[in-house]
Parts: sequence; C-alpha cells; structure tokens
Amino acid sequence: MSIEVRIPTILRTYTGEAKSVAGDGPTLDAVIADLETRHPGLRDRLVEGDALRRFVNVYLNDEDVRFLDGLSTALKDGDVVTVLPAVAGGAIVVF
Amino acid sequence: MRYDSLLASVGRTPLVGLPRLSPSSDVRIWAKLEDHNPTGSIKDRPALNMIETAERDGRLVPGATLLEPTSGNTGISLAMAAKIKGYRLICVMPENTSVERTQLLRMWGAEVIYSPAAGGSNEAVRVAKGLAAENPDWVMLYQYGNPANTDAHYRFTGPEIFEDCPDITHFVAGLGTTGTLMGVGRYLRERVPGVSIIAAEPRYGELVYGLRNLDEGFVPELYDESVLTSRFSVGPRDAVRRTRELLNEEGIFAGISTGAILHAALAAAAKSHSAGERADIVFIVCDGGWKYLSTGAYEGSLDDAEGALDGQLWA
Repeated sequence: MSIEVRIPTILRTYTGEAKSVAGDGPTLDAVIADLETRHPGLRDRLVEGDALRRFVNVYLNDEDVRFLDGLSTALKDGDVVTVLPAVAGGAIVVF
Repeated sequence: MRYDSLLASVGRTPLVGLPRLSPSSDVRIWAKLEDHNPTGSIKDRPALNMIETAERDGRLVPGATLLEPTSGNTGISLAMAAKIKGYRLICVMPENTSVERTQLLRMWGAEVIYSPAAGGSNEAVRVAKGLAAENPDWVMLYQYGNPANTDAHYRFTGPEIFEDCPDITHFVAGLGTTGTLMGVGRYLRERVPGVSIIAAEPRYGELVYGLRNLDEGFVPELYDESVLTSRFSVGPRDAVRRTRELLNEEGIFAGISTGAILHAALAAAAKSHSAGERADIVFIVCDGGWKYLSTGAYEGSLDDAEGALDGQLWA
C-alpha cells in the first residue's frame, strides 16, 4: 500500500527537499508515523498532542481530513494526501 | 423590478438550474448568480451591510475615510457604495491580483495601496492593520471579522436560497472571509435538518503562501468550523477546467473561483448519485469572468492556463 504525501516548501527541510514522499499505513496517523521513521522531526510539525496542529491543513484527495476522521481517517492504496499551511482563503469568495 | 437607487437593488439574484452538468433528474445542481449584483459580485451584499451597520452604530460619519484589505471584489463593492455615500476609500490589495481589479477600484474612486505578493491576503491584512493603527481616525470595516458580513448572508442570501429551493440538500460556496458559508450555513441549518454545508477554498502555488512559519497562519475571526460539514481544497487546474465546463455546457460566464466551487459541488453530486440519494445542490457563482480575461484562463490548453495562474491570486 502506497500513499503519496505532498509536502509544502516550508517542511521540505525534513524530506531532503522532496515535494512528495510515499508513506504506508491504514490511517493518516499511521502514515505520518511511517514517514517519521525516514524523516525525523516531521511528525512534530504536523501533530500536537493527539490532533493536527491548528495552522496545518491536511487534505485527502482535496477534502480536509478535519471533516472526515482527522488523524484516524482511513486511507487506501493510491490516495493522495496534501499538507498545506492554513491561510485566509485568499480567497475563493473573491474579496 | 423597480428600485429607489442602485444600492437598493443589491441581492434578490436568480437561481438557475444546470440541466447538462447535473448527473440526473434526482441529483440537480443550481447556480445562484451573484454576478447579477450592481458591481458584479456577491461582495455587494456584505459591503453594503457593513457600511450601513457602521452608520447606524455611529462609527461611520459623513466625510469619513474607509480602509480595507481586499484582493478585489469587496473593495470594488465598497468603492461603489462609498462613491454614492460620499466616503473616501483606501484599499490594501496584494500586488499579484489581476489588472482589471485595480482599474475598477480606481474607476469608482478608490485609492490603492499594494502589499507584497508573497503572503497573499494575509499580508494585505497585516499591512492594513498597521495603517489602521497609524491612522486612528480611519474606519476599517474589516470584512474578516465584521459580524455584519455574515449577517448579510444570514438575513438575505440564505432566505433567498431557501425560498427558491426549499428542498435544498447541499450548499457549496467559497471560503475566503468565510462570511457566505457562515451566514447561509447557519440559516439553512436552522431550517433544513441534515443539510450539507460545503466549503471550497483555492489552493495556490507556493509563492502565494510565502515561505512563512506554520505558526503564522491566519484564520478569519468570523470562521466557525462547526457550521461546515466538509471542506475542499481546489487547485487552479480543476478550477479552470470547471469554469470552462460551466461556460461550454451551460453558457454561464463566471470567474475562476466559481469553477473551484463548482468542482466541489460536482464532487457532492457524484457522491449522492452513486449512493442513489436525491439531492438539490446550490452553489454560488461569485462573479462573472470579465475581470479575469487577462489571466489567460479562458483560452489555450489547460496546461497553459495553469502555468499562467501560477503565483497569481486567481480567486
């Protein structure tokens, strides 16, 4: 099982500058733990206690995992996980 | 319809079906055409309500100077209202927005101060807050934290949608100030058990987010996560693809952010369709495509359009 995880620029210091890395695991939490074994320090930038950090957004196939099952969100082979810093819209309802 | 003035004609926009893009007669998609507002965007609603609320509260007096961080449409709406009501308006806008936005703002008499491209709207907010502190007599309505923004949608946009589509199952809109989703979302949740409130937010290139620390993220004060049932992040390629589909299939000429919202609406429609459930999905057409012609989004290949939008605040 392989999950593609897309990494934002500010976190690429943990991935040897790679834009995306492959992870393995049945849930988001498990994939992040798997990535931590090869990219030490990454987990701490994403997770605080038992939840995602406030200003980090994680998307499973474009859908925010906070509205799915958070770190417990189930993943399947071929899924794409995107990590992004939270920003003020920017904004889609054009300001 | 007859109105006493242009300002009185804000709102009461059409809701139109999308017979070709809807998956079936049981799963229907409806477009709320907010480009029909006086300056051509949904932002006329919160802009007017913020100004009139501030007038009632005594914060805004004749001859006052307004200051607002805006990547375009709210500024344009405020400029129109400020011109009619006699206020001076200064907009702080990221330098990487389309040229038409600056032209429109100046046309309605607003002054424009640019903020650096890196950081996008966050940076515009930061610069505007600094200017507000240096000029205490200026009035910053501050769309990201002003309850009158949400209130405009709770009192008007939401009731209009519910009146035209009482069987609504999903509401989909963009996530910027979050005013539309919070206002319409709360109104519908009070009346439609189980209604889905879906946010679509633009996913920009790295330049727009800047090389900032993750702890510096900005969440608008109006945002209340509990109003939403799901939230999509849509990149420029999907946004442009859907914008073109809306034009080619249904004849609706919309801005690029609307394409991103339609992308999320179609995802919801596909889910309902495959589950065999009926659905009436209402999404917001934020504005027309006129202001974005120079971005290259409407011609050439998708690759070209995606490349042209890299680094721009396309929504």
